[in-house]
Amino acid sequence: MTSKSMQNLTRGIFKENPVFVMMLGMCPTLGVTTSMANGIGMGLATLFVLALSNMAISLVKNLIPAMVRIPCYIVIIASFVTIINLLMEAYLPALHAQLGIYIPLIVVNCIILGRAEAFASKNNIWQSFLDGLGMGIGFTIALALLGGIREILGAGSILGWNFVGEDGYPILLFIMPPGAFLALAGLIMVFNKISGANK
Amino acid sequence: MKPVKSSLFNMIMAMTVVSVCSAASIGYVYQKTKEPIEASKTMKISKAIEEMVGNFDNKPFDERTTLSGGDLELYPARENGTITSVAIKSYSNNGFGGKIELIIGILMDGTVTGYKIIQQNETPGLGTKITENKFSEQFVGLNAHDDNFELSKNGGEIDALTGATISSNAVVEAVKKAVTAYKKFAGGAGNDQ
Repeated sequence: MTSKSMQNLTRGIFKENPVFVMMLGMCPTLGVTTSMANGIGMGLATLFVLALSNMAISLVKNLIPAMVRIPCYIVIIASFVTIINLLMEAYLPALHAQLGIYIPLIVVNCIILGRAEAFASKNNIWQSFLDGLGMGIGFTIALALLGGIREILGAGSILGWNFVGEDGYPILLFIMPPGAFLALAGLIMVFNKISGANK
Repeated sequence: MKPVKSSLFNMIMAMTVVSVCSAASIGYVYQKTKEPIEASKTMKISKAIEEMVGNFDNKPFDERTTLSGGDLELYPARENGTITSVAIKSYSNNGFGGKIELIIGILMDGTVTGYKIIQQNETPGLGTKITENKFSEQFVGLNAHDDNFELSKNGGEIDALTGATISSNAVVEAVKKAVTAYKKFAGGAGNDQ
């Protein structure tokens, strides 16, 4: 793999992480991360859509007139999401029941349109695929971390395995909406410290 | 290759082609997944029924009848021909995320054996706790004739979930519907079926 490909792949994971750095897709980030499993499931579904839609858009980028590109991109993305939604309902009903209304919301996740516009419409298929994959991995890691922290603090369990017992008192706030903001703020703080962003 | 110019004809063509291709691929996948989706739903219902009713030797799902003007479905479980318990599919439209559907099992003496949620769109982590034992066990052992199927703040037997009162209420509503229908069934022509 050339250094350019490597760069495109890893950019989304750390340097331009969609959640911690670009602050994109906050709705699913805050909404679904009540448990680690939900975070991973949503992250993987988004990764899949992101890689596929990046490839598709890179493929047709020269055939679509600039003035109608946004509606065309949205139709393409929405089709992929609908297909994944149907496939999940048919073959992974348990996960589908958990994620429920958040799957159709991937359509309006601005990471996907953002990458289509900023990257896939200017680069070839392979590089677009790597970019989508990297961004998807970064998104999945961020959601898994956030979900893990909220699940540990708010439900006293990790990946469904309960460690405080029936009579424990977890900090319920963390699986409620305000807890999402608090946990995300904490994570971004740590992330900025590590990356030295605010020096 | 140079990008296509944004002339009116090109724009209409591009949008038409994209829409047609998308529609065709979605249609194809829909056809392919229709059967597995139906099958997994039926499976879910049959499994829920089997868990909720006691001993039986018939196929409750195949003997289903509708109640309350087609709203609810009743699945009788028989042993040697007599009905020992019933499973009732009930619903509430007042969940936090819309419709909640559940299957509730009731013995012929009125004892509730529990319920199983088969469809819900509640908030993950909060409302989805209606599917967990800690909440659903509160219904087990209540009697359809004697007990009050209400939240405890309304003088009933059920403690609402913290942070998910609306979801709890919806489950209680669905259960109440089923219990009312059951009483009609048990008191009326139900026994001589």
